[in-house]
Amino acid sequence: MALTSSDVRRIAHLARIEISDAQSEQTLIQLNEIFKLIEQLQAVDTSGIEPMSHPLGGSQRLRADVIGDHPDRDLVMNNAPASQDGLFLVPKVIE
Amino acid sequence: MFDKSVAELSRALLSKQISAVELARIYLDRIEQHRALNAFLDVRPDVTLGQAKAADARIARGDATPLTGVPIAHKDIFVTRDFASTASSRMLQGYMSPFDATIVENLAGAGMVTLGKLNCDEFAMGSSNENSHYGNVLNPWDKNAVPGGSSGGSAAAVAARIAPAATATDTGGSIREPAAFSGVTGIKPTYGRASRWGMIAFASSLDQAGVMTCSAEDAALLFNGMLGFDPKDSTSVERAAEDYTRDLRSDVKGLRIGVPAEFFDAGLQPDVEKAVREALAEYARLGANLVDISLPNAALGIPVYYVIAPAECSSNLSRFDGIRYGHRAERYADLDDMIKKSRAEGFGPEPQRRILIGTYVLSHGYYDAYYIQAQKVRRIIADEFQQAFRACDVIAGPVTTSVAFGFGEKAADPVAMYLSDLYTIPGSLAGIPAMSLPCGFGAHNRPVGLQLMANYFEEAKLLGVAHRYQEATDWHRRMPPGI
Repeated sequence: MALTSSDVRRIAHLARIEISDAQSEQTLIQLNEIFKLIEQLQAVDTSGIEPMSHPLGGSQRLRADVIGDHPDRDLVMNNAPASQDGLFLVPKVIE
Repeated sequence: MFDKSVAELSRALLSKQISAVELARIYLDRIEQHRALNAFLDVRPDVTLGQAKAADARIARGDATPLTGVPIAHKDIFVTRDFASTASSRMLQGYMSPFDATIVENLAGAGMVTLGKLNCDEFAMGSSNENSHYGNVLNPWDKNAVPGGSSGGSAAAVAARIAPAATATDTGGSIREPAAFSGVTGIKPTYGRASRWGMIAFASSLDQAGVMTCSAEDAALLFNGMLGFDPKDSTSVERAAEDYTRDLRSDVKGLRIGVPAEFFDAGLQPDVEKAVREALAEYARLGANLVDISLPNAALGIPVYYVIAPAECSSNLSRFDGIRYGHRAERYADLDDMIKKSRAEGFGPEPQRRILIGTYVLSHGYYDAYYIQAQKVRRIIADEFQQAFRACDVIAGPVTTSVAFGFGEKAADPVAMYLSDLYTIPGSLAGIPAMSLPCGFGAHNRPVGLQLMANYFEEAKLLGVAHRYQEATDWHRRMPPGI
Protein backbone atom coordinates (compact mmCIF):
# COMPACT_ATOMS: atom_id res chain seq x y z
CA MET A 1 0.00 0.00 0.00
CA ALA A 2 1.31 3.46 -0.83
CA LEU A 3 -0.21 6.81 0.02
CA THR A 4 -0.76 9.49 -2.60
CA SER A 5 -0.34 13.22 -2.12
CA SER A 6 -4.12 13.61 -2.06
CA ASP A 7 -4.19 11.11 0.86
CA VAL A 8 -1.65 13.27 2.70
CA ARG A 9 -3.73 16.42 2.15
CA ARG A 10 -6.86 14.61 3.34
CA ILE A 11 -5.14 13.29 6.49
CA ALA A 12 -3.66 16.72 7.20
CA HIS A 13 -7.13 18.22 6.94
CA LEU A 14 -8.56 15.59 9.33
CA ALA A 15 -5.69 16.33 11.75
CA ARG A 16 -6.22 20.09 11.33
CA ILE A 17 -2.63 20.80 10.34
CA GLU A 18 -1.99 23.22 7.49
CA ILE A 19 0.37 21.73 4.95
CA SER A 20 1.83 23.31 1.81
CA ASP A 21 2.10 21.37 -1.48
CA ALA A 22 5.90 21.27 -1.18
CA GLN A 23 5.66 19.93 2.39
CA SER A 24 3.08 17.35 1.41
CA GLU A 25 5.46 15.89 -1.22
CA GLN A 26 8.25 15.56 1.35
CA THR A 27 5.84 14.18 3.97
CA LEU A 28 4.49 11.68 1.45
CA ILE A 29 7.95 10.15 0.94
CA GLN A 30 8.57 9.85 4.69
CA LEU A 31 5.12 8.47 5.49
CA ASN A 32 5.47 5.82 2.79
CA GLU A 33 8.81 4.73 4.28
CA ILE A 34 7.16 4.45 7.70
CA PHE A 35 4.19 2.54 6.27
CA LYS A 36 6.59 0.06 4.66
CA LEU A 37 7.80 -0.69 8.20
CA ILE A 38 4.23 -0.95 9.50
CA GLU A 39 3.19 -3.28 6.66
CA GLN A 40 5.15 -6.13 8.32
CA LEU A 41 2.20 -6.51 10.69
CA GLN A 42 -0.12 -7.63 7.90
CA ALA A 43 1.78 -10.94 7.61
CA VAL A 44 1.21 -11.90 11.27
CA ASP A 45 -1.51 -14.48 11.97
CA THR A 46 -3.54 -12.97 14.79
CA SER A 47 -6.63 -15.14 14.55
CA GLY A 48 -8.13 -15.79 17.97
CA ILE A 49 -6.01 -13.12 19.67
CA GLU A 50 -7.67 -10.39 21.73
CA PRO A 51 -6.41 -6.86 21.05
CA MET A 52 -4.35 -5.49 23.97
CA SER A 53 -5.34 -1.93 24.71
CA HIS A 54 -3.67 -1.62 28.10
CA PRO A 55 -0.78 -3.48 29.79
CA LEU A 56 -2.71 -4.46 32.89
CA GLY A 57 -5.98 -5.39 31.23
CA GLY A 58 -9.38 -4.96 32.78
CA SER A 59 -11.42 -1.80 32.82
CA GLN A 60 -10.30 1.63 33.89
CA ARG A 61 -11.41 3.03 37.18
CA LEU A 62 -14.14 5.66 37.07
CA ARG A 63 -14.59 8.38 39.66
CA ALA A 64 -17.84 9.48 41.22
CA ASP A 65 -19.56 12.24 39.26
CA VAL A 66 -19.01 14.96 41.84
CA ILE A 67 -17.19 18.27 41.72
CA GLY A 68 -13.65 17.90 43.00
CA ASP A 69 -10.57 20.10 43.14
CA HIS A 70 -10.10 22.39 40.19
CA PRO A 71 -7.34 24.83 39.37
CA ASP A 72 -7.63 28.52 40.00
CA ARG A 73 -9.55 30.21 37.18
CA ASP A 74 -7.15 33.15 36.82
CA LEU A 75 -4.15 30.82 36.54
CA VAL A 76 -5.96 28.92 33.79
CA MET A 77 -6.95 32.08 31.90
CA ASN A 78 -3.38 33.45 32.10
CA ASN A 79 -2.36 30.85 29.52
CA ALA A 80 -5.11 31.73 27.04
CA PRO A 81 -3.84 33.32 23.81
CA ALA A 82 -6.86 35.67 23.87
CA SER A 83 -9.43 36.17 26.62
CA GLN A 84 -11.87 38.71 27.97
CA ASP A 85 -13.86 38.79 31.21
CA GLY A 86 -12.69 35.28 32.10
CA LEU A 87 -13.78 33.86 28.74
CA PHE A 88 -11.75 32.43 25.85
CA LEU A 89 -11.91 34.49 22.65
CA VAL A 90 -12.22 32.78 19.27
CA PRO A 91 -12.84 34.14 15.75
CA LYS A 92 -16.47 34.79 14.98
CA VAL A 93 -18.26 31.56 13.96
CA ILE A 94 -21.85 32.83 13.57
CA GLU A 95 -22.61 35.93 11.49
CA MET B 1 29.94 17.24 46.90
CA PHE B 2 28.66 17.06 43.32
CA ASP B 3 30.11 13.58 42.77
CA LYS B 4 28.00 12.11 45.58
CA SER B 5 25.02 9.80 45.18
CA VAL B 6 21.53 10.61 46.45
CA ALA B 7 22.14 8.14 49.29
CA GLU B 8 25.36 9.95 50.29
CA LEU B 9 23.79 13.41 49.97
CA SER B 10 20.91 12.25 52.13
CA ARG B 11 23.30 11.15 54.89
CA ALA B 12 25.28 14.41 54.64
CA LEU B 13 22.07 16.47 54.95
CA LEU B 14 20.58 14.49 57.83
CA SER B 15 23.87 14.59 59.76
CA LYS B 16 24.06 18.35 59.02
CA GLN B 17 27.45 18.15 57.28
CA ILE B 18 25.89 20.38 54.65
CA SER B 19 22.69 22.39 54.45
CA ALA B 20 20.11 22.04 51.68
CA VAL B 21 20.75 25.69 50.74
CA GLU B 22 24.51 25.10 50.39
CA LEU B 23 23.86 21.99 48.32
CA ALA B 24 21.36 23.77 46.06
CA ARG B 25 23.93 26.55 45.47
CA ILE B 26 26.58 24.00 44.45
CA TYR B 27 24.27 22.52 41.83
CA LEU B 28 22.95 25.89 40.61
CA ASP B 29 26.57 26.96 40.06
CA ARG B 30 27.30 23.76 38.18
CA ILE B 31 24.23 24.22 35.99
CA GLU B 32 25.53 27.70 35.11
CA GLN B 33 29.05 26.36 34.43
CA HIS B 34 27.70 23.69 32.07
CA ARG B 35 25.18 25.86 30.23
CA ALA B 36 26.71 24.68 26.92
CA LEU B 37 25.22 21.21 27.44
CA ASN B 38 21.77 22.83 27.02
CA ALA B 39 20.31 20.28 29.45
CA PHE B 40 18.15 22.81 31.32
CA LEU B 41 15.29 24.82 29.79
CA ASP B 42 14.20 26.74 32.90
CA VAL B 43 16.18 27.53 36.05
CA ARG B 44 14.87 29.88 38.76
CA PRO B 45 17.37 30.12 41.63
CA ASP B 46 14.93 32.03 43.87
CA VAL B 47 12.41 29.17 43.66
CA THR B 48 15.10 26.53 44.23
CA LEU B 49 16.65 28.34 47.19
CA GLY B 50 13.21 28.94 48.72
CA GLN B 51 12.53 25.19 48.62
CA ALA B 52 16.01 24.49 50.03
CA LYS B 53 15.36 26.85 52.97
CA ALA B 54 12.12 25.02 53.72
CA ALA B 55 14.00 21.70 53.56
CA ASP B 56 16.57 22.96 56.06
CA ALA B 57 13.79 24.03 58.41
CA ARG B 58 12.24 20.58 58.09
CA ILE B 59 15.56 18.87 58.86
CA ALA B 60 15.99 21.16 61.87
CA ARG B 61 12.49 20.24 63.09
CA GLY B 62 13.41 16.56 62.84
CA ASP B 63 10.64 15.48 60.45
CA ALA B 64 12.79 14.97 57.36
CA THR B 65 12.54 12.01 54.98
CA PRO B 66 15.65 10.45 53.37
CA LEU B 67 14.98 12.71 50.35
CA THR B 68 14.58 16.02 52.19
CA GLY B 69 16.97 18.63 50.84
CA VAL B 70 18.25 16.44 48.01
CA PRO B 71 18.08 18.31 44.69
CA ILE B 72 16.30 16.91 41.63
CA ALA B 73 15.47 18.23 38.16
CA HIS B 74 12.33 17.40 36.21
CA LYS B 75 11.95 16.48 32.57
CA ASP B 76 9.98 19.28 30.92
CA ILE B 77 7.14 16.88 30.21
CA PHE B 78 5.92 17.16 33.85
CA VAL B 79 3.90 20.28 34.51
CA THR B 80 5.06 22.54 37.34
CA ARG B 81 3.58 25.67 38.87
CA ASP B 82 6.89 27.38 39.56
CA PHE B 83 8.69 26.71 36.26
CA ALA B 84 7.50 26.96 32.66
CA SER B 85 6.23 23.66 31.19
CA THR B 86 6.87 23.42 27.46
CA ALA B 87 7.31 19.74 26.45
CA SER B 88 10.25 21.26 24.49
CA SER B 89 7.68 22.53 21.99
CA ARG B 90 7.05 25.94 20.49
CA MET B 91 3.39 25.07 21.09
CA LEU B 92 3.80 25.49 24.86
CA GLN B 93 6.46 28.22 24.99
CA GLY B 94 6.07 30.07 28.30
CA TYR B 95 3.16 27.89 29.51
CA MET B 96 2.70 28.17 33.29
CA SER B 97 0.71 25.26 34.67
CA PRO B 98 -1.94 26.00 37.31
CA PHE B 99 -0.93 22.79 39.13
CA ASP B 100 2.00 20.42 39.71
CA ALA B 101 2.20 16.90 38.27
CA THR B 102 1.58 14.26 40.97
CA ILE B 103 5.17 12.98 40.59
CA VAL B 104 6.49 16.50 41.19
CA GLU B 105 4.13 16.96 44.13
CA ASN B 106 5.15 13.60 45.67
CA LEU B 107 8.87 14.34 45.47
CA ALA B 108 8.38 17.90 46.75
CA GLY B 109 6.27 16.43 49.54
CA ALA B 110 9.23 14.26 50.52
CA GLY B 111 11.27 17.46 50.72
CA MET B 112 13.21 17.31 47.45
CA VAL B 113 14.46 20.60 46.04
CA THR B 114 13.71 21.34 42.36
CA LEU B 115 16.66 22.59 40.30
CA GLY B 116 14.62 23.30 37.17
CA LYS B 117 13.22 21.78 34.01
CA LEU B 118 15.10 19.58 31.58
CA ASN B 119 15.26 19.62 27.80
CA CYS B 120 13.81 16.63 25.91
CA ASP B 121 12.51 15.70 22.48
CA GLU B 122 9.36 17.62 21.60
CA PHE B 123 6.40 15.96 23.36
CA ALA B 124 8.83 13.11 24.23
CA MET B 125 8.96 12.02 20.59
CA GLY B 126 12.47 11.08 19.55
CA SER B 127 15.57 9.05 20.31
CA SER B 128 18.30 11.70 20.14
CA ASN B 129 16.88 14.89 21.68
CA GLU B 130 17.36 16.51 18.25
CA ASN B 131 13.60 17.13 18.08
CA SER B 132 13.58 19.80 20.80
CA HIS B 133 12.41 23.24 19.70
CA TYR B 134 15.02 24.64 22.11
CA GLY B 135 18.13 23.06 20.60
CA ASN B 136 20.26 19.95 20.98
CA VAL B 137 21.50 18.61 24.30
CA LEU B 138 25.16 17.55 24.19
CA ASN B 139 26.34 14.19 25.47
CA PRO B 140 28.73 14.99 28.37
CA TRP B 141 30.98 12.07 27.35
CA ASP B 142 31.43 13.29 23.80
CA LYS B 143 30.14 16.62 22.55
CA ASN B 144 29.78 15.19 19.03
CA ALA B 145 27.37 12.50 20.21
CA VAL B 146 23.66 12.74 20.94
CA PRO B 147 22.67 12.13 24.59
CA GLY B 148 19.79 9.91 23.46
CA GLY B 149 16.12 10.70 23.75
CA SER B 150 13.57 11.56 24.47
CA SER B 151 14.84 12.17 28.05
CA GLY B 152 18.17 13.55 26.78
CA GLY B 153 18.33 16.46 29.21
CA SER B 154 17.68 14.14 32.17
CA ALA B 155 20.48 11.78 31.08
CA ALA B 156 22.99 14.55 30.33
CA ALA B 157 22.27 16.39 33.60
CA VAL B 158 22.89 13.29 35.72
CA ALA B 159 25.93 12.22 33.63
CA ALA B 160 27.51 15.68 34.07
CA ARG B 161 26.57 15.71 37.77
CA ILE B 162 24.74 19.02 37.38
CA ALA B 163 21.80 17.26 39.05
CA PRO B 164 22.18 14.23 41.35
CA ALA B 165 18.94 12.78 39.98
CA ALA B 166 16.27 13.56 37.42
CA THR B 167 12.78 12.46 36.50
CA ALA B 168 12.22 11.09 33.01
CA THR B 169 9.51 9.33 31.01
CA ASP B 170 9.44 6.23 28.86
CA THR B 171 7.00 5.47 26.07
CA GLY B 172 9.15 3.20 23.89
CA GLY B 173 12.59 3.53 25.50
CA SER B 174 12.92 7.22 26.34
CA ILE B 175 14.52 6.49 29.72
CA ARG B 176 16.69 3.44 28.93
CA GLU B 177 18.13 4.60 25.59
CA PRO B 178 19.40 8.00 26.82
CA ALA B 179 20.59 6.38 30.08
CA ALA B 180 22.64 3.93 27.98
CA PHE B 181 23.97 6.63 25.61
CA SER B 182 24.93 8.95 28.50
CA GLY B 183 26.25 6.34 30.94
CA VAL B 184 23.75 6.69 33.79
CA THR B 185 21.26 4.40 35.55
CA GLY B 186 17.70 4.76 34.27
CA ILE B 187 14.56 2.84 35.21
CA LYS B 188 10.90 2.78 34.22
CA PRO B 189 8.51 1.01 36.61
CA THR B 190 5.55 -1.22 35.73
CA TYR B 191 2.89 0.64 33.76
CA GLY B 192 0.46 2.06 36.31
CA ARG B 193 2.94 2.47 39.18
CA ALA B 194 3.78 6.12 38.47
CA SER B 195 1.00 8.65 38.22
CA ARG B 196 0.48 10.16 34.77
CA TRP B 197 -1.42 13.14 36.21
CA GLY B 198 0.33 16.26 34.97
CA MET B 199 2.63 14.34 32.66
CA ILE B 200 1.99 15.84 29.22
CA ALA B 201 0.44 12.91 27.35
CA PHE B 202 2.02 11.31 24.28
CA ALA B 203 0.76 7.68 24.10
CA SER B 204 -1.34 7.00 27.17
CA SER B 205 -1.26 3.18 27.14
CA LEU B 206 2.56 3.29 27.11
CA ASP B 207 3.67 6.50 28.90
CA GLN B 208 5.31 5.83 32.24
CA ALA B 209 7.44 8.04 34.48
CA GLY B 210 10.75 6.90 35.93
CA VAL B 211 14.10 8.25 37.04
CA MET B 212 17.71 8.77 36.00
CA THR B 213 20.31 8.44 38.75
CA CYS B 214 23.92 7.47 39.38
CA SER B 215 22.96 4.09 40.86
CA ALA B 216 20.20 1.53 41.35
CA GLU B 217 20.26 2.30 45.07
CA ASP B 218 19.44 5.96 44.34
CA ALA B 219 16.61 4.93 42.02
CA ALA B 220 15.12 2.78 44.80
CA LEU B 221 15.23 5.73 47.22
CA LEU B 222 13.48 7.96 44.67
CA PHE B 223 10.82 5.35 43.89
CA ASN B 224 9.96 5.28 47.60
CA GLY B 225 9.09 8.97 47.42
CA MET B 226 7.61 9.08 43.96
CA LEU B 227 5.45 6.03 43.19
CA GLY B 228 2.03 5.16 44.53
CA PHE B 229 -1.67 5.10 43.80
CA ASP B 230 -3.14 8.33 42.43
CA PRO B 231 -6.92 8.65 42.15
CA LYS B 232 -6.39 11.39 39.53
CA ASP B 233 -4.93 8.88 37.03
CA SER B 234 -7.48 6.31 35.79
CA THR B 235 -4.73 3.78 34.99
CA SER B 236 -2.92 4.14 38.33
CA VAL B 237 -2.80 0.76 40.07
CA GLU B 238 -4.24 0.44 43.56
CA ARG B 239 -1.56 -1.38 45.52
CA ALA B 240 -0.12 -0.94 48.98
CA ALA B 241 3.00 1.22 49.29
CA GLU B 242 6.26 -0.70 49.00
CA ASP B 243 9.84 -0.24 50.14
CA TYR B 244 11.78 -0.38 46.88
CA THR B 245 15.09 -0.67 48.77
CA ARG B 246 14.07 -3.96 50.38
CA ASP B 247 16.03 -6.21 48.00
CA LEU B 248 19.23 -4.14 47.89
CA ARG B 249 20.93 -6.54 50.28
CA SER B 250 19.97 -9.74 48.49
CA ASP B 251 22.50 -11.64 46.39
CA VAL B 252 22.11 -13.19 42.96
CA LYS B 253 23.21 -16.76 43.75
CA GLY B 254 20.95 -19.10 41.80
CA LEU B 255 19.12 -16.21 40.13
CA ARG B 256 18.03 -17.22 36.65
CA ILE B 257 18.93 -14.51 34.12
CA GLY B 258 17.20 -15.01 30.78
CA VAL B 259 19.22 -13.98 27.73
CA PRO B 260 16.99 -13.53 24.66
CA ALA B 261 18.67 -14.73 21.46
CA GLU B 262 16.76 -12.07 19.48
CA PHE B 263 18.61 -9.28 21.34
CA PHE B 264 21.95 -10.52 19.99
CA ASP B 265 21.06 -10.54 16.31
CA ALA B 266 23.07 -9.33 13.33
CA GLY B 267 22.18 -5.69 13.99
CA LEU B 268 24.00 -5.59 17.34
CA GLN B 269 27.36 -3.81 17.07
CA PRO B 270 30.36 -5.87 18.31
CA ASP B 271 31.51 -3.20 20.82
CA VAL B 272 28.11 -3.17 22.53
CA GLU B 273 27.87 -6.96 22.44
CA LYS B 274 31.31 -7.30 24.06
CA ALA B 275 30.45 -5.03 27.01
CA VAL B 276 27.05 -6.68 27.53
CA ARG B 277 28.52 -10.21 27.36
CA GLU B 278 31.13 -9.18 29.95
CA ALA B 279 28.37 -7.91 32.24
CA LEU B 280 26.56 -11.24 31.87
CA ALA B 281 29.81 -13.05 32.69
CA GLU B 282 30.12 -10.88 35.83
CA TYR B 283 26.65 -12.01 36.93
CA ALA B 284 27.69 -15.63 36.31
CA ARG B 285 30.75 -15.07 38.54
CA LEU B 286 28.43 -13.67 41.21
CA GLY B 287 26.50 -16.94 41.13
CA ALA B 288 23.63 -16.27 38.72
CA ASN B 289 22.63 -18.83 36.09
CA LEU B 290 22.38 -17.59 32.53
CA VAL B 291 19.44 -19.17 30.71
CA ASP B 292 18.82 -19.01 26.94
CA ILE B 293 15.34 -17.69 26.25
CA SER B 294 13.46 -16.54 23.18
CA LEU B 295 11.20 -13.58 22.45
CA PRO B 296 10.42 -14.62 18.86
CA ASN B 297 8.34 -11.60 17.87
CA ALA B 298 10.26 -8.88 19.72
CA ALA B 299 11.36 -7.25 16.45
CA LEU B 300 7.70 -6.70 15.52
CA GLY B 301 7.63 -4.29 18.46
CA ILE B 302 8.77 -1.48 16.17
CA PRO B 303 5.88 -1.69 13.66
CA VAL B 304 3.42 -2.25 16.52
CA TYR B 305 4.76 0.79 18.33
CA TYR B 306 4.64 3.00 15.22
CA VAL B 307 0.93 2.28 14.89
CA ILE B 308 -0.15 2.45 18.54
CA ALA B 309 1.99 5.40 19.69
CA PRO B 310 1.05 7.69 16.76
CA ALA B 311 -2.63 6.69 17.08
CA GLU B 312 -2.68 7.67 20.75
CA CYS B 313 -0.58 10.76 20.07
CA SER B 314 -2.94 12.02 17.35
CA SER B 315 -5.75 11.75 19.86
CA ASN B 316 -3.85 13.30 22.79
CA LEU B 317 -2.41 16.19 20.80
CA SER B 318 -5.79 17.14 19.36
CA ARG B 319 -6.22 19.25 22.51
CA PHE B 320 -3.76 21.82 21.15
CA ASP B 321 -6.02 24.12 19.18
CA GLY B 322 -4.65 27.58 19.99
CA ILE B 323 -7.78 28.45 21.98
CA ARG B 324 -7.36 27.63 25.66
CA TYR B 325 -3.58 27.55 25.86
CA GLY B 326 -0.59 27.12 23.61
CA HIS B 327 0.52 28.81 20.43
CA ARG B 328 -1.99 30.76 18.32
CA ALA B 329 -1.12 31.86 14.77
CA GLU B 330 -1.15 35.62 14.23
CA ARG B 331 -3.04 35.72 10.93
CA TYR B 332 -5.93 33.47 9.91
CA ALA B 333 -9.18 33.59 7.94
CA ASP B 334 -11.57 31.81 10.33
CA LEU B 335 -11.71 29.38 13.27
CA ASP B 336 -10.72 26.29 11.26
CA ASP B 337 -7.88 28.16 9.59
CA MET B 338 -6.70 29.46 12.96
CA ILE B 339 -6.52 25.93 14.37
CA LYS B 340 -4.73 24.54 11.30
CA LYS B 341 -2.16 27.35 11.19
CA SER B 342 -1.59 27.30 14.96
CA ARG B 343 -0.89 23.55 14.88
CA ALA B 344 1.33 23.81 11.77
CA GLU B 345 3.41 26.55 13.45
CA GLY B 346 3.34 25.18 16.99
CA PHE B 347 4.28 21.54 16.35
CA GLY B 348 7.70 20.58 14.95
CA PRO B 349 8.16 18.02 12.16
CA GLU B 350 8.21 14.85 14.31
CA PRO B 351 4.95 15.45 16.22
CA GLN B 352 3.32 16.45 12.92
CA ARG B 353 4.54 13.24 11.29
CA ARG B 354 3.19 11.14 14.14
CA ILE B 355 -0.13 12.96 14.24
CA LEU B 356 -0.55 12.27 10.51
CA ILE B 357 0.32 8.57 10.84
CA GLY B 358 -2.01 8.26 13.82
CA THR B 359 -4.86 10.06 12.09
CA TYR B 360 -4.50 7.73 9.13
CA VAL B 361 -4.40 4.43 11.06
CA LEU B 362 -7.44 5.49 13.07
CA SER B 363 -9.42 6.67 10.05
CA HIS B 364 -12.43 4.90 8.61
CA GLY B 365 -11.51 1.77 6.67
CA TYR B 366 -8.02 1.41 8.19
CA TYR B 367 -8.78 1.08 11.90
CA ASP B 368 -9.08 -2.72 11.93
CA ALA B 369 -6.25 -3.38 9.48
CA TYR B 370 -3.73 -1.23 11.36
CA TYR B 371 -4.77 -0.25 14.86
CA ILE B 372 -6.57 -3.43 15.96
CA GLN B 373 -3.98 -5.63 14.22
CA ALA B 374 -1.19 -3.75 16.08
CA GLN B 375 -3.02 -4.24 19.40
CA LYS B 376 -3.24 -7.98 18.69
CA VAL B 377 0.47 -8.27 17.90
CA ARG B 378 1.13 -6.24 21.07
CA ARG B 379 -0.55 -9.03 23.03
CA ILE B 380 1.55 -11.69 21.25
CA ILE B 381 4.71 -9.82 22.35
CA ALA B 382 3.46 -9.35 25.93
CA ASP B 383 2.51 -13.07 26.15
CA GLU B 384 6.00 -14.05 25.01
CA PHE B 385 7.44 -12.21 28.01
CA GLN B 386 5.16 -14.22 30.31
CA GLN B 387 6.33 -17.41 28.61
CA ALA B 388 9.96 -16.32 29.08
CA PHE B 389 9.47 -15.49 32.78
CA ARG B 390 8.51 -19.12 33.42
CA ALA B 391 12.14 -20.03 32.72
CA CYS B 392 13.91 -17.03 34.28
CA ASP B 393 13.64 -14.40 37.05
CA VAL B 394 14.94 -11.41 35.10
CA ILE B 395 15.85 -10.80 31.46
CA ALA B 396 19.14 -9.19 30.43
CA GLY B 397 20.52 -7.89 27.15
CA PRO B 398 21.67 -4.74 25.37
CA VAL B 399 19.66 -1.51 25.51
CA THR B 400 20.70 -0.29 22.08
CA THR B 401 22.33 -1.77 18.97
CA SER B 402 25.17 0.78 19.05
CA VAL B 403 26.73 3.42 21.28
CA ALA B 404 25.46 7.01 20.92
CA PHE B 405 25.46 8.19 17.31
CA GLY B 406 26.53 11.62 16.08
CA PHE B 407 24.36 14.70 15.55
CA GLY B 408 22.61 14.63 12.20
CA GLU B 409 23.46 10.99 11.50
CA LYS B 410 19.86 9.81 11.63
CA ALA B 411 17.95 13.09 11.77
CA ALA B 412 16.94 13.04 8.09
CA ASP B 413 15.77 9.43 8.12
CA PRO B 414 12.83 8.84 10.50
CA VAL B 415 12.86 5.05 9.98
CA ALA B 416 16.58 4.73 10.89
CA MET B 417 15.87 6.79 14.02
CA TYR B 418 12.87 4.59 14.90
CA LEU B 419 15.05 1.46 14.75
CA SER B 420 17.16 2.84 17.66
CA ASP B 421 14.46 1.55 19.99
CA LEU B 422 14.49 -2.08 18.78
CA TYR B 423 15.43 -3.56 22.18
CA THR B 424 13.52 -1.15 24.42
CA ILE B 425 10.10 -1.12 22.73
CA PRO B 426 9.12 -4.74 23.58
CA GLY B 427 9.31 -4.08 27.35
CA SER B 428 7.31 -0.87 26.94
CA LEU B 429 4.59 -2.64 24.97
CA ALA B 430 4.33 -5.33 27.65
CA GLY B 431 4.33 -2.64 30.38
CA ILE B 432 6.94 -4.39 32.53
CA PRO B 433 9.63 -2.64 34.63
CA ALA B 434 12.92 -2.22 32.77
CA MET B 435 16.19 -0.42 33.30
CA SER B 436 19.56 0.45 31.87
CA LEU B 437 22.80 0.47 33.83
CA PRO B 438 26.29 1.44 32.69
CA CYS B 439 28.38 -1.63 31.80
CA GLY B 440 31.39 -0.33 29.91
CA PHE B 441 32.46 1.69 26.90
CA GLY B 442 32.40 1.06 23.17
CA ALA B 443 33.47 2.90 20.02
CA HIS B 444 34.83 6.46 20.57
CA ASN B 445 34.85 5.67 24.30
CA ARG B 446 31.08 6.23 24.44
CA PRO B 447 29.09 4.44 27.20
CA VAL B 448 27.27 1.13 26.82
CA GLY B 449 24.14 0.18 28.78
CA LEU B 450 23.02 -3.20 30.09
CA GLN B 451 19.25 -3.70 29.99
CA LEU B 452 17.51 -5.60 32.78
CA MET B 453 13.79 -6.37 32.75
CA ALA B 454 11.58 -8.06 35.35
CA ASN B 455 7.96 -9.14 35.51
CA TYR B 456 5.09 -6.84 36.54
CA PHE B 457 5.52 -5.16 39.95
CA GLU B 458 9.00 -6.61 40.50
CA GLU B 459 10.86 -3.29 40.63
CA ALA B 460 12.41 -4.09 44.02
CA LYS B 461 13.85 -7.34 42.70
CA LEU B 462 15.09 -5.61 39.54
CA LEU B 463 16.81 -2.88 41.56
CA GLY B 464 18.37 -5.48 43.85
CA VAL B 465 19.81 -7.38 40.88
CA ALA B 466 21.20 -4.13 39.43
CA HIS B 467 22.63 -3.06 42.80
CA ARG B 468 24.53 -6.34 43.17
CA TYR B 469 26.27 -5.63 39.84
CA GLN B 470 27.07 -2.08 40.93
CA GLU B 471 28.60 -3.39 44.16
CA ALA B 472 30.90 -5.60 42.09
CA THR B 473 31.79 -3.09 39.35
CA ASP B 474 32.45 0.65 39.13
CA TRP B 475 31.12 1.59 35.66
CA HIS B 476 28.34 3.64 37.27
CA ARG B 477 30.91 5.71 39.21
CA ARG B 478 32.84 6.76 36.10
CA MET B 479 32.39 10.40 35.21
CA PRO B 480 32.83 12.17 31.88
CA PRO B 481 36.24 13.85 31.55
CA GLY B 482 36.32 17.57 32.29
CA ILE B 483 33.04 17.83 34.15
